[in-house]
Amino acid sequence: MISLAHFFYLLSPGVKDGRWTVLQLVEALGFCLENTDPRTRGRGIQLLSQVLLQCYSLLKEKEVLHLVLFYESRLQDHHLVIPSVLQGLRALSMCEVLSPGLAVSVLKAIFQEVHVQSLMQLDRHTVYSIITNFMNTREEELKGLGADFTFGFIQVMDGEKDPRNLLVAFQIVRDLIAKDYALGPFVEELFEVTSCYFPVDFTPPPNDPHGIQREDLILSLRAILASTPQFAEFLLPLLIEKLDSELQSAKLDSLQTLTACCAIYGQKELQEFLPSLWSSLRREVFQTASEKIETECLAALRALSACLSRSVLSSDSEDLLESFLSSILQDCRHHLCEPDMKLVWPSAKLLQAAAGASLRTYHRITRSVLPLLLEQYTKHTQSSQRRTILEMLLGFLELQQKWEHVEEGEDGWSLGRHLFCSVVFSALTDPSVQLQLVGIKALTVLGSLQGLCSCCTSSPGFAVLNHLFTLFPPGSEAAMEAAGSLAPTYPKVFSGRMVPRLEEELQSGRESFDSQRSFRQRCLQALAAVSTHTSIVRETVPVLLQHLQKVQKGNGSAADMVSACQSLHRVALQCQQDVEGCWYFHQTVVPCLLAMAVQAAMQEPCPSLVTLLEEEVLAAMIPVISAATTHLSPELAAQSVSHVVPLFLDGEVSFLPQNSFPCSFQPFGAQRRLVALLMAFVCSLPRNVAIPQQEWLLRELLALSCSCNCPFTATTAAKCFAGLVNKHPAGKGARADAGGPSRPCGGAPPNAGVTKALVLRYHPLSSCLTDRLLGLLSDMELGPAAADGFSLLMAESPDVLHKGCHADVRIMFRQRFFTDNVPKLVQGFHGAGPDVKANYLKALSHVLNHLPKPVLVTELPTLLSLLLEALSCSDRVVQLSTLSCLHPLLLEAPQIMSLHVDTLVTKFLNLTSSPTMAVRIAALRCAHALTNLPTTVLLPYKGRVIRALAKPLDDKKRLVRKEAVAARGEWFLLGSPGR
Amino acid sequence: MRTPHLPPLRGAPCAEEDDELPDAIDDREIFDLIRSINDPEHPLTLEELNVVEQVRVKVNDAESTVSVEFTPTIPHCSMATLIGLSIKVKLLRSLPERFKLDVHITPGTHASEHAVNKQLADKERVAAALENTHLLEVVNQCLSARS
Repeated sequence: MISLAHFFYLLSPGVKDGRWTVLQLVEALGFCLENTDPRTRGRGIQLLSQVLLQCYSLLKEKEVLHLVLFYESRLQDHHLVIPSVLQGLRALSMCEVLSPGLAVSVLKAIFQEVHVQSLMQLDRHTVYSIITNFMNTREEELKGLGADFTFGFIQVMDGEKDPRNLLVAFQIVRDLIAKDYALGPFVEELFEVTSCYFPVDFTPPPNDPHGIQREDLILSLRAILASTPQFAEFLLPLLIEKLDSELQSAKLDSLQTLTACCAIYGQKELQEFLPSLWSSLRREVFQTASEKIETECLAALRALSACLSRSVLSSDSEDLLESFLSSILQDCRHHLCEPDMKLVWPSAKLLQAAAGASLRTYHRITRSVLPLLLEQYTKHTQSSQRRTILEMLLGFLELQQKWEHVEEGEDGWSLGRHLFCSVVFSALTDPSVQLQLVGIKALTVLGSLQGLCSCCTSSPGFAVLNHLFTLFPPGSEAAMEAAGSLAPTYPKVFSGRMVPRLEEELQSGRESFDSQRSFRQRCLQALAAVSTHTSIVRETVPVLLQHLQKVQKGNGSAADMVSACQSLHRVALQCQQDVEGCWYFHQTVVPCLLAMAVQAAMQEPCPSLVTLLEEEVLAAMIPVISAATTHLSPELAAQSVSHVVPLFLDGEVSFLPQNSFPCSFQPFGAQRRLVALLMAFVCSLPRNVAIPQQEWLLRELLALSCSCNCPFTATTAAKCFAGLVNKHPAGKGARADAGGPSRPCGGAPPNAGVTKALVLRYHPLSSCLTDRLLGLLSDMELGPAAADGFSLLMAESPDVLHKGCHADVRIMFRQRFFTDNVPKLVQGFHGAGPDVKANYLKALSHVLNHLPKPVLVTELPTLLSLLLEALSCSDRVVQLSTLSCLHPLLLEAPQIMSLHVDTLVTKFLNLTSSPTMAVRIAALRCAHALTNLPTTVLLPYKGRVIRALAKPLDDKKRLVRKEAVAARGEWFLLGSPGR
Repeated sequence: MRTPHLPPLRGAPCAEEDDELPDAIDDREIFDLIRSINDPEHPLTLEELNVVEQVRVKVNDAESTVSVEFTPTIPHCSMATLIGLSIKVKLLRSLPERFKLDVHITPGTHASEHAVNKQLADKERVAAALENTHLLEVVNQCLSARS
């Protein structure tokens, strides 16, 4: 007998392209279809169904009618035949030409004749598909069936166990409800048949090809349960029951479902269950040790309160919200005054959750709680208790930010506003730093609430803040942040009072010498911190510049200049987004700094002795000029370029303020240190700004970088050169320039800088330069420097060649560099002599270290053996970067790593006694990360590791001890109960 | 919503970064070890509940002694022994062996202060307690980092 598959193969195309009609096919199969042997009959029907699945779209209406009648009658046939019959019906259910009435008749027949749950999984799935198809196309007809359809479906899905089918069945139920099919008297049945899966308890088998997760089932079941208020009377008792159970996951699921329900429920649904819901939620928050459950409880309480707030009251019904909130207040309020602070936080969180639901709940809760808290604050005298109370007050205050306009006099604040302000001020002056910090936070929030703080713009608030800036070092960072966020709201107060005050403090030298510097530093920081509004910037920038000039004239210390520059930098960053402020800053600060530098450089005989020209000061000026330049519009930037570049090329000083200098300015001669400032400016310009006489400039820079014997100047010139080459328009000129500095005379760093400039933009010449750098690795003398060059290549550059400076940085240049060059490095390592092998390892670890972690994890297994070898290398840079490569691997690829557990344990433990602190720390972190490997692999080493880690517990460095404690603690927990 | 965490009081001053300078073990360091221990009953740390405070931690690095006083939240707190045990175990696992540990209740803050102190001071009873799987489980939970 010809095989079925073969037969099908021959037939199907014929039917598809219309050579055969279905009728001819049925006639041809007649013998099979009417055979008395159910097996033969089954094969016949199976064949027909297969063909129909291929060509259902070509069938004519009449053919469909006959086929449907045929298939319906076959539903009563032998059970062996049923799967094929269902397949055929599925094909027909997809026909568009199905006559009206047939869908209903097919479904009725299935409901009546087939006991779905005794079929196999696949066949049950077919039934669901038929129903889904009809629901999508014949909605009106099915609705004509009324509640019978719902009932029929309930019987079909009752007892379904397979997660794949459940997902489909749940979708059908969701549609039943969402598309408003008649549920009739079957609401409770429909609820029962779905809620029996709640809470979902399903763990996908290992290597499950279907990819169904527990979460998929949970979400799709929740979508049903929370889809209609009709389920409320059955669902809420179920949720309460599960919430009271012991099972953590059941609690979580119940809480999340409850929160979802609140979106559609109203008073009517909740009324009966509110007391028990509240008592369950309260119990959970008061007792649970799980933060997750606590969070979900609070979310549910907020949702409940919001739901009650939404409901419209009729005149005679009881106000449920009022009674609900009263019971919350009654149960929580008294905990706030208990000396045992244990239930204070849970209670406060519950109250805040309820208060966060709506403006109404907020008023109701704060009216009752705030006066109490304020009273408690004054009653308690200990800072720690006061801090807790103020933190709670702060929580309520922050909630108020959710509502823009709060009517005067309605909330709890109106009563105690003055009292609250005085509480905040008392906190600010408290000796406890912790309390001060909370006070500062409260002050910030207070300031941002326009309506609330009418009383704190008056002097006491700002007097206190002023006081804080200068008096309390630990609080100062937070205080400055607070001032920064308040300044834009009250620019007048700050520019009128705070700035003059700080200026005065800066000038007076009333304290002893030692404390004076840190005092001045804080004043400078404060000036920068409050510069968050253009009008304030115009006040603070001149003060900062004057201070800088004063320090220079008085030949002050480098540290003072650096801190002034740092403040200027902060101001520059703060006004980058504001076009006007940015241009003001650029125009005021850049010429002034350049003028100061030029003047200092002219002070012969030995300009390097002038403090302003010390490396550290110049380095601090670079970010100021760079930040003042990056955000300029191209037009304004071009305007500025036309002054600055001639200054450096021609010594054209006319645009500088105070431009009468004793001799002419020779930027590439005697005063070449200033090339750093040129770099800061020219490398930060937007890419589309043309630089005048660029070729000349490049030549000068190149010459300087190769000839200057001061490393600072040479490196800076090379960097500047690299920055320009990177932005150089494609093709033109770059080729000729790039060849230059790779001559060994400049040593490795300039070479690497230029290579990087090209690598970043995928320039074709980059590979040639990279290869030259690779070649240098085998050089005894230049090898180590070349290896460090790889770090420069891969690292994020702080001053030039990064995105912030508009450099041309292609995405994934590191990955590309990795794929291009790592094989060469590995090859070089294997071929190298013993004395230069370390260079290759070092270069490799630099490359790996800067690779994004996800890429690293996929690429590393091939390099693993090399890395393990690198752990034994005595160079601490190699050790350090190898450890930091292995760390993410331990976390993310524990299976691969566990193959090497023996080597890893031994090497990590050895390195914990390295003479270098950083290596000890990294080794201990890796030893800690080892605990991520499968416990069974680790247990044999537990005793040995714990004993070995006892030694670093007594390390002389605190940071090392900290890591040792963390690692050892985790090893103790391995395989121990309660982990 | 979690109780706002206190920022560490100690930044990392330059001396700590210096490879050569030794840092002595001080009160603050011991306090940092125990402040984040979880309360057995609540999702709060011992610091958040004011059960441990830095002023009640004393260490003498030279003589290798550590003394920690803890304050149960209420005088009848049934968890006092367990909290004391957690502190003790944490210190045993985290400090060099040379240290002699003394963990006890702040005088006058618990009804059965004396009995609890005696239990905590008794090496054999502490060791025996840790043989008990259930107790060990609770202690380990208190010492685990919260997810």
